Amino acid sequence: MPLPRRNDPSATFRNLDWTTIAIYLIMVLAGVVSIYAANYNFDNASMFSFSEFSGKQLCWIGLSILIALVIVLIDTRMYETYAYPLYILIVLLLFITPFVANDIKGSRSWISFGSMSLQPAEFAKFATALALAKLFSSYHFSLNAKASNYVRALTIIFLPIILILLQNETGSALTFMALFFVLYREGMSGLVLFAALFAVVIFVVAIKYTDILFLGIPTGQFIVFLLIMVITVAMAIIYSKRTEVGRNLFILYAGAWLIEYLLTIAGVTVPGVPVNIAVIAIGCIYLVICALRYRRPGLFIPVATAVLSTIFLFSVDFAFDKLQHHQKQRIEVALGKIEDLRDAGYNVNQSKIAIGSGGFFGRGFLKGTQTKLKYVPEQHTDFIFCTIGEERGFIGAAGVTLLFLVLILRIIKIGERQPTTFGRVYAYCVASYFIFHFCINIGMVIGLCPVIGIPLPFFSYGGSSLWGFTILLFILLKIDATRKNVMAY
Amino acid sequence: MRKNYDLEKRKFVIGGFVVLIAIIYIFRLVNLQLVDDRYSHAADSNAFLKKTVYPSRGLIYDRNGELVVFNQPAYDVMLIPRDVQPFDTLDFCATLNISKEQLDKRFEDMRDRRLNPGYSSYTPQKLITQLSAQDYGQLQEKLYRFPGFFIQKRILRQYNRATAANVLGNIREVSPRDIENDSYYSPGDYTGDLGIEKSYEPYLRGKKGVEILIRDASGRIHGRYKDGSEDIEPISGRDVKMSIDIELQQYAESLMAGKRGAIVAIEPSTGEILCMVSMPNYDPTLLVGRERGKNYQKLVNDNTWPLFDRALMGAYPPGSTFKPTQGLIFLQEGIININTAYPCAHGYINGGLRVGCHSHGAPLPLKPAIQTSCNAFFCWGFKAMIDRRSKYGSSANAFEVWKNHLVSMGYGYKLGVDLPGESRGFIPNSKFYDKFYREGRWSANTIISVSIGQGEILATPLQIANLAATIANRGYFITPHVVKEIQDTVMPAELLERRYPTIDKNYYQEIAEGMRMAVTGGTCRRAAIPDIEVCGKTGTAQNPHGKDHSAFMGFAPYNDPKIAVAVYVENGGWGATYGVPIGSLVMEKYLTGSISPQRQGMEEQMINSSIYYAPAKKK
Repeated sequence: MPLPRRNDPSATFRNLDWTTIAIYLIMVLAGVVSIYAANYNFDNASMFSFSEFSGKQLCWIGLSILIALVIVLIDTRMYETYAYPLYILIVLLLFITPFVANDIKGSRSWISFGSMSLQPAEFAKFATALALAKLFSSYHFSLNAKASNYVRALTIIFLPIILILLQNETGSALTFMALFFVLYREGMSGLVLFAALFAVVIFVVAIKYTDILFLGIPTGQFIVFLLIMVITVAMAIIYSKRTEVGRNLFILYAGAWLIEYLLTIAGVTVPGVPVNIAVIAIGCIYLVICALRYRRPGLFIPVATAVLSTIFLFSVDFAFDKLQHHQKQRIEVALGKIEDLRDAGYNVNQSKIAIGSGGFFGRGFLKGTQTKLKYVPEQHTDFIFCTIGEERGFIGAAGVTLLFLVLILRIIKIGERQPTTFGRVYAYCVASYFIFHFCINIGMVIGLCPVIGIPLPFFSYGGSSLWGFTILLFILLKIDATRKNVMAY
Repeated sequence: MRKNYDLEKRKFVIGGFVVLIAIIYIFRLVNLQLVDDRYSHAADSNAFLKKTVYPSRGLIYDRNGELVVFNQPAYDVMLIPRDVQPFDTLDFCATLNISKEQLDKRFEDMRDRRLNPGYSSYTPQKLITQLSAQDYGQLQEKLYRFPGFFIQKRILRQYNRATAANVLGNIREVSPRDIENDSYYSPGDYTGDLGIEKSYEPYLRGKKGVEILIRDASGRIHGRYKDGSEDIEPISGRDVKMSIDIELQQYAESLMAGKRGAIVAIEPSTGEILCMVSMPNYDPTLLVGRERGKNYQKLVNDNTWPLFDRALMGAYPPGSTFKPTQGLIFLQEGIININTAYPCAHGYINGGLRVGCHSHGAPLPLKPAIQTSCNAFFCWGFKAMIDRRSKYGSSANAFEVWKNHLVSMGYGYKLGVDLPGESRGFIPNSKFYDKFYREGRWSANTIISVSIGQGEILATPLQIANLAATIANRGYFITPHVVKEIQDTVMPAELLERRYPTIDKNYYQEIAEGMRMAVTGGTCRRAAIPDIEVCGKTGTAQNPHGKDHSAFMGFAPYNDPKIAVAVYVENGGWGATYGVPIGSLVMEKYLTGSISPQRQGMEEQMINSSIYYAPAKKK
């Protein structure tokens, strides 16, 4: 078998994942068209005019393709070799950004070069991904081998988060939290993701449903109590490997509810909240006894789940109060708790109307009045999805959603076919960023998530975000294209 | 390279999570776009017409609760160009009493992007502004014949008295720059311009509401969206109570008739401005309604500058009204004590320099020096301070100490009055003279005129009145302000705090006594009011624009002062000619409500006298 040359451009081009590149091109071009439509006000210049956002975006796309070409031509090993220096460079850049950046709507995240501005946070994405990949690929590195490995991984993730938070760009900073998916893929316990998910559920129901259901228990707390009970029963069965432990726990809970119910009918006032906490506490004591008797330390997991969830449930209000006013409002709007059509809820309501008025086929290119009449703010940047929804209808909006789904699954597939840990971890980092942007951006535009100002990759107007994601994706494609060379090293 | 197949399975968890999210989002899109007819209905009805409902602007009252500024409805004719269909222009013009040419011109202007940068054929545009109630009624009846047109109710200002235009300000349509700076505004909104209307704009304007109307494809209105349940009610602006006594203001303006200059009266204990006159003035109603643009242009081009509020924008040499500050500084710095006397040989003669003075006994100490307004005393004091190298090291250092005392008294920087456009006056620092005369090449005699409020020194009438208030308070002042209360809001703390100059308060008592003596037997004898102990200080300021400016600064009563006043009459000659009588009449009017019979002759003389000013050269 002839050895492949280390950096043969023609071989690299042949081996590039052209499916992904096709998706990329569809996305950026659909993006330009949407940006043009979002800013069109009926008697505008042409799409290609540089005075329009769309014309500028076309320029940025041209430059992106150039950047992509350069990335593909660079020797793959360079990315691995220079991962740390690059990361340190970007961290330094993030550190000085707030000092040299102008204040734009309260955030100091844009560095200006003459008439151009760049947002270093967007370029921190690929640098952090490379650094994380480099860490995991170091010799004999295993995440669960020792605690200090977690410290190293978390340091790489949290350094940019803290620095970006200092620039007052909460949205961009949160993006890096998505890298927990990578940690999960590389061995972090699934319980962490489960706990995070459960915490979000508790937070949402506890804030959203505060009306009293019965027994003096607010609906939200009732749901959480029920969830804790169901989950502890399930965990009891899984971790004890004995059905009778789960069965006994179930009988305890169900019996308690029945007694409470009967007492209420009999006219006795039952203080529902303390009684249920007591019932959960009794269940925990029972589980601890089982854990000791059957020598099943796994049973401490449901105990911890129950105790921590209960504590979390009652500290949610406290934590919520600590948030900034506009953040609280955005959360309450997303949960449908307040319908403030003038202030916080305005954007979301207008964008829902825009998307909703699109119907199945949309109102047609340049025919959406909702976006044309400037009802939706930030429509060419963070709210670009709503122009698509209005003018291209369900076909367009669902199409874009599916396009992102395919892209993300494709990246995961690419990740799994990498022979090196470096390649795989990097691929999962890329996937994680896309997952986060996809979930949050589309979620906020259709009113399912709080408004967090992050762009829709490849669609939203802006050079920094486009270049950041292009670099991110094409480094992956380059690594993937040369994966077969690895054995030759 | 080990491969961990257990971990590889986790790709299904992550992938599955994304698939789940995508399914939820598509389900949500189905719901928004296909099922929920709230939105598809909106699609059929071709969007809503959002009509802005303007809140009523806050009213302005004077300190005694008299209504000064109120609202009057006006009506704009609006249209959405895309929705306009051919209509009977003859009928339209007849209804509004305009000619066909005027209408064509209006359409042309509306479409001209240079005049109307926000033009779009899809958004409401303003065709004709501020219809009278009668025209509005006639058009309203026929409106159904003119699809695409509608009427927008606006609020204009109206005034109960033609006075205090400089304090009140007015309202104007927002400029593209206003819209850029404050996202609250949209084209066609009104905003405060000048005066209280500008500085209290955020309180006065309230919050706009929205009325949502359903509109079909041809622009016809099909009633209110959801019976108005989604409408947003406007929130009225907050009322404002001025500290101005509108009666006193109007009286003070009448005293200044035919003259140029300013009067500022302050209640010393609160810093509240009781009246603030700038002459020549103008009728605030000129800047209301359709004629506003034309009238505004006239006022701008008027070479007597009526829009220039001389009371707080005018920087004048303070002349002898500045002398009390000198006495205070010399006492504080230990240059003189209360008995130190300086000679005056019809002036200050030293080193070949002569600053003239008028006849009075000599030598004399501080209080009689204030009483007689002796130039020589303050020149000697100034020289003693600035040239005292043993204490300060250099003239420059001494001058810095001198300057810092003045800054603490409110000179040289903006006082922070709650009105736009305040001037800071001018107090030079030592660097200024270092540059002018070269370092170390100047001493007290070089700059001696600053000690008598001439030379480089400039102050606004407001700053002079503030000095009077500080002396009246014997050592502190409160930032002067024209607003006393804002409805449902507390006043900003900086307008309530006492500010203490760097001068011991005992020294102020000495100055107050000197100013009392000036009225009982000095330069301010005409300021005496029966039964009231008045204190005063004249000023006669030389200036490069002709005859001296006539100035006066004073307060009354001597114990427990209720009013401090500064008067500045451009080219009025001696301080005693205009400044003293006008200032004392303002104080008498405020304190007693009327003018005593023996002083009515003087009152009449002030009202009727005017000064001839040569036409200003074109700038």
